[in-house]
Amino acid sequence: MSKDREFLWRRLHSLLGIIPVGLFLVFHLSLNFTAVGGEDAYNGATGMMELVPHALLLVMEWVIIYIPLMFHAFYGVYIAFTATNNTSRFSTFRNWAFRLQRMTGIFLVVFIAWHIFQTRIQKALGAEVNYDMMAEIVASPWMLGFYIVGILSATFHLANGIWGFLVSWGITQSPKSQQIATYVTMVIFAILSIVGVAAIVSFV
Amino acid sequence: MMEAVNTGKTVELIIVRQDTENGQTREEKFSVPYRPGMNVISALMHIQKYPVTADGKQTTPVTWDMNCLEEVCGACSMVINGRPQQSCSALVDKLTQPIRLEPMKTFPVVRDLQVDRSRMFNALKKVKAWVPIDGTYDLGEGPRMPERKRQWAYELSKCMTCGVCMEACPNVSEKASFIGPAPLSQVRLFNTHPTGAMNKDERLAAIMGDGGLANCGNSQNCVAACPKGIPLTTSIAALNRAATVQMFKNFFGSDHMVD
Ligand code: HEM
Ligand code: SF4
Ligand code: FES
Repeated sequence: MSKDREFLWRRLHSLLGIIPVGLFLVFHLSLNFTAVGGEDAYNGATGMMELVPHALLLVMEWVIIYIPLMFHAFYGVYIAFTATNNTSRFSTFRNWAFRLQRMTGIFLVVFIAWHIFQTRIQKALGAEVNYDMMAEIVASPWMLGFYIVGILSATFHLANGIWGFLVSWGITQSPKSQQIATYVTMVIFAILSIVGVAAIVSFV
Repeated sequence: MMEAVNTGKTVELIIVRQDTENGQTREEKFSVPYRPGMNVISALMHIQKYPVTADGKQTTPVTWDMNCLEEVCGACSMVINGRPQQSCSALVDKLTQPIRLEPMKTFPVVRDLQVDRSRMFNALKKVKAWVPIDGTYDLGEGPRMPERKRQWAYELSKCMTCGVCMEACPNVSEKASFIGPAPLSQVRLFNTHPTGAMNKDERLAAIMGDGGLANCGNSQNCVAACPKGIPLTTSIAALNRAATVQMFKNFFGSDHMVD
């Protein structure tokens, strides 16, 4: 990395966490939530994606998901490993959130890689992505557990990431505004978690 | 005078020691006669006079730094029972025993409890934590500072470069180049000063460089640990906003770099 570019890389990392990666996560979990309505509702909703021309979908996948996510993830791993966690000495909520932000990030690298392998890569190899595919995956209780932890990691990481974003860009400055942002982002965490977990268990 | 008060009680201490920089560390136990109102430094002074461990072995006197003895110089910081703080204002009566003393390992340890805080002073130089007033002619009086601004800026000026916030920060270590919370807050202080603000873009440029502001990960340990109650995280968030504005000015171009 060239000299004195770190500030821009960090701000880019912060921005990409929200736009597009965070927005994509919300969209993704919302779409999955249709599974709560049963097999047909889910297949109908995901089938809409098939209406998008294949080449356009591919470009969108790379521009909106893979490239920004890879940048955020790999730079995130570097950031996570430069921290020296000290929650045993400072066990405040914020210090735990700091640590969890990094732990969930690292877990997400593993989870997302596996998730892409199980779904997107299988699709590229000819499998059909539909309700049955997910139902087969989470038929194993281990996989179901793995997915639930993955979903909760992602929702916490995004919710707490929104809190961090607000500070990183200087939007919330006063302790009071930061405290309220904590409440708001934890409500976001709860809502996204309910949406995400309700979706995955409805494949069981 | 010290011998005059004999309470019959003792203070138990465990001190993490090392003889040389990067040298091996070891723990030594000490048992020091208790006197009412003792601070950690008075216990260390006793050990300096009688360098004998709790089990009666002769040892070398423990080394530490101190100066003002009233929590304004910042020299005597160490990790006491897991918390970085000043040993001069750490009262024995308020600590659970055995009292565990360790150096602030985020800094290079010179010997025993003595650390080298140079990285903080270098950071203050890097961010230009001063008001430049030298010129070839008398520049006259600077603009007045509004009283209410002076009041909160005074809080920021209480920083004694003690290093406690640096020790508390998970992102300040030899693994990273982060300059840490204290120097950042000083940028806010000097950028607030009406004369200092005439160079505020230079200070912002310094903290927008490598190892600067963007390294903060918001653990907010610094503000919890600072003995002077300096609102470090508010300073950091305020600087983040200033840096956001400065970033756009730098990119799109502006001839208003300092106002
Ligand atoms: C589900 C995908 C992800 C989303 C939605 C996401 C979102 C975010 C957001 C919004 C932030 C806040 C940025 C800021 O503090 O300004 C953030 C921070 C962070 N992310 Fe992610 N992220 C994702 C995946 C990852 C992965 C895979 C890693 C890899 C370790 C990672 C590591 C980090 C780290 C270390 C931070 C903290 C940066 C700091 O505080 O300095 N993230 N993320
Ligand atoms: S900001 Fe507080 S903790 Fe940090 S060096 Fe200054 S006085 Fe010490
Ligand atoms: S000796 Fe100055 S702060 Fe303790």
